[in-house]
Amino acid sequence: MAQQKPDPAQLAAVEYIPPRRGWRDPRVEFRKGTYNHAAARRHLEYLGLPNPRDWQPSDADWQLPANWKQIILDGMKDRLERYRSFRLFMDICVRCGACADKCHFYLGSGDPKNTPVLRAELIRSVYRRYFTAAGRLFGPLAGARDLTEDVLKEWFYYFHQCTECRRCSVFCPFGIDTAEITMIGRELLNLVGCNIQWIIEPVANCDRVGNHLGIQPHGFKDSLDFAADELEELTGIRVEIPINRKGAEVLFVVPSADYFGLPHYFTLLGYLMMLHEAGIDYTFSAYASEGGNFGLFASHEMTKRLNAKMYAEAKRLGVKWILGGECGHMWRVVHQYMGTMNGPADFLEVPVSPATGTRFDHASSTKMLHVCEFTADLIAHGKLALDPSRNDHWNVTFHDSCNPARGMGLYEEPRLILRRVLNHFHEMPEETIRERTLCCGSGAGLGTDENFEMRMRGGRPRAMAVNYVRKRHGTNCVACICAVDKATLPPLLEYWVPGVEVAGVHELLGNALVMKGEHPRTTDLRGEPLEGMGGGDA
Amino acid sequence: MPTVLLIAVPYVAAVLFLGGLAWRVWTWAATPEPFRIPTTTGQQRSLAGIAPSRVESPSTTAGVVGRMLLEGLLFRSLFRNVASGPTAAGTCPDPVFLERKALWLGAMAFHWSLLVIVVRHLGLFVEPIPRVASFVASVDGFFQVGSPSWYATDVIVIVALGYLLFRRVRDPLLRYLTLPADYLALAVLIAVVGSGVVLRYVARTDLIAVRQYTLGLAALAPTAPASPGAGFVLHLLSVSVLLAILPFTKMVHAAGMWLSPTRNQANDGRRRRHVNPWNAPAPFHTYEEWEDEFREKLQAAGLPIEREDGRFQNPQAGGGERGAPPAAQAPLT
Repeated sequence: MAQQKPDPAQLAAVEYIPPRRGWRDPRVEFRKGTYNHAAARRHLEYLGLPNPRDWQPSDADWQLPANWKQIILDGMKDRLERYRSFRLFMDICVRCGACADKCHFYLGSGDPKNTPVLRAELIRSVYRRYFTAAGRLFGPLAGARDLTEDVLKEWFYYFHQCTECRRCSVFCPFGIDTAEITMIGRELLNLVGCNIQWIIEPVANCDRVGNHLGIQPHGFKDSLDFAADELEELTGIRVEIPINRKGAEVLFVVPSADYFGLPHYFTLLGYLMMLHEAGIDYTFSAYASEGGNFGLFASHEMTKRLNAKMYAEAKRLGVKWILGGECGHMWRVVHQYMGTMNGPADFLEVPVSPATGTRFDHASSTKMLHVCEFTADLIAHGKLALDPSRNDHWNVTFHDSCNPARGMGLYEEPRLILRRVLNHFHEMPEETIRERTLCCGSGAGLGTDENFEMRMRGGRPRAMAVNYVRKRHGTNCVACICAVDKATLPPLLEYWVPGVEVAGVHELLGNALVMKGEHPRTTDLRGEPLEGMGGGDA
Repeated sequence: MPTVLLIAVPYVAAVLFLGGLAWRVWTWAATPEPFRIPTTTGQQRSLAGIAPSRVESPSTTAGVVGRMLLEGLLFRSLFRNVASGPTAAGTCPDPVFLERKALWLGAMAFHWSLLVIVVRHLGLFVEPIPRVASFVASVDGFFQVGSPSWYATDVIVIVALGYLLFRRVRDPLLRYLTLPADYLALAVLIAVVGSGVVLRYVARTDLIAVRQYTLGLAALAPTAPASPGAGFVLHLLSVSVLLAILPFTKMVHAAGMWLSPTRNQANDGRRRRHVNPWNAPAPFHTYEEWEDEFREKLQAAGLPIEREDGRFQNPQAGGGERGAPPAAQAPLT
């Protein structure tokens, strides 16, 4: 961390008193620590996105195209005609305020424009001014605002302080989903070249090389080979890790952080052990080597463009179905967009587990299965030998990642696994899990170093819930199924609740999994000695 | 009030109400919902051993209908409301939030009372008085307090509206985000209810004459009452204003909520393919383009490739519209 970290006590003292000036005043101060850097020119040029230039949000002049206002208004009109969600959510909010204190960014910052209702009003006010009779006639009285450059900057600031986690939409009496509004807001900003580096760079890498980090095929292979070596050392078993192999039954796609980040890497080890143990005929792909899709944080078109690779590669390799790793927004895309955008997947077959014979009808159209669904089925059929005592050094709680929770309904599958591989498992308070889960504060492309203060603010409610189980049960590990969580929860917890680690569900599975012919394990996947095993005489 | 207005105003209001509502609903319905985006508030239907949440995460039409009825009739989502109490405590909340049902109770009290009151009024427009109207009225007046006896809903709706206004004014955050239009809606509703209550309990009007007038309105053969009285005119005007502005204000949520895609779609995104009518083309970076760029590296790493001996001449259709990738550019990391 290059920047000085703010004092936690200072960030914790949040004032929930609205400012004196009304919210119609759009002026925003781009204060260090609360915003993300602009996307570099070369990435926009490579992707063919509008208005590539060198600029930063803190600049006075954003170098917008001369007709930027028309571009935005045309873009709004176009999207009002294409998205019922957008049009409806512009029309039916009653400002009851039920959503207001459900947003982790409001809870952490006290900034009223971080309430979902006002975040939406930022764009709704412009909608009223240019697209409704009441707004045209009565202006501010009807809640209308002119679209000015300050408004655009305000959009940029606040639509990048929303993680599209959908918690507000759970509580809204009409199901108004701020994620929809933020997504459209970001699309509009993209039309005039106002995008952030941490979204656009992974998008460019993913498009060209195949994954967010831009890891080229040989690097990808090295990384997986290294994992095989490591597993051999840990278990005495050499697992096969095929890449780009034609004729495999299953294509396995994981978020790229799994093979290059920590603690993600231990989750990768867990997958590999499970796949080996279940005897799955699968292959990775170096071309479709990214399950995550930062296109989702830029535009629907970019989502579709990046996600197309999975089906294209599945077709080329001739697999029967696709298995997907632990990732949050990847699963929002797979579950809610993929079939529509990139389907029909009529060249694939309904996923059937070769180990249990289970036919996964709930994926009969998209033909893609979540690894937790697959593993939970294995465990339910008794296909995996498990020794939960190997996880006895962990006292675990489970963080429902926003997208698999509220965009999929994947609540019990990971819990089924965790209950079988752990002896010590405690849920956080009900108001903070399942459909009411609190976001890590860094999703939707906001997990940057320069945005550190805002991330810590946004993640604080989650951290407080972790702190609650830590105090009560001695929790020392948060399990989750999202690559962004695994990257951003560790610094968050270190900041607010030091001493709590983060692990993927399949890492914990890998610890407990008794593989056929393995040598006695002395350490967990992290190389930490196991209690009562590696101890004194190993 | 000139007689002609007593006839023109309600008709203009009715036309604006029905026409406006039809136009709004048509606009929404004619706009496609391109994606399957339900907010899943319960367990998906997946494995045999895991009980799905049939209403909170519906996978069938029946489940969706159940979910929408719970929303529309019992305000299910509003009932979830939990307080984090940041305004009171001045700090980030303790994770054990206090349940907060006051808003739900206020909203239920207001909307259900309004519905009962509307049903009670049906007798003014239909001859003979519909059974449902007289039944609802008799239940509503069950307590027989005062003379004329008070309807329970008249009391409840006043209290509920008072609460909805009070919370808007009292809470600094709500006050901050409230628009003039929000107060307008409350003001019109208070005018409707207030004038109606005055009309029934204080300055009584000639109900026979009023009913003749309203039956005439309903039959499209209106005759204005001879001496309607100020209270009645005020009630008529405020109801007309309410009907006229409803489709053009936030009150249109009454119709719009039924079309909300996060609630009225089944959670079956992977089970059935949702078709997007405008499914925009998105050319992507094809495998062929990718292999062309990384062929040597793939070969060196011993990974299988399609063309051992040279480039793909004609990148497949369906992608590659942007041509070859800029291989000369600096590494993207």
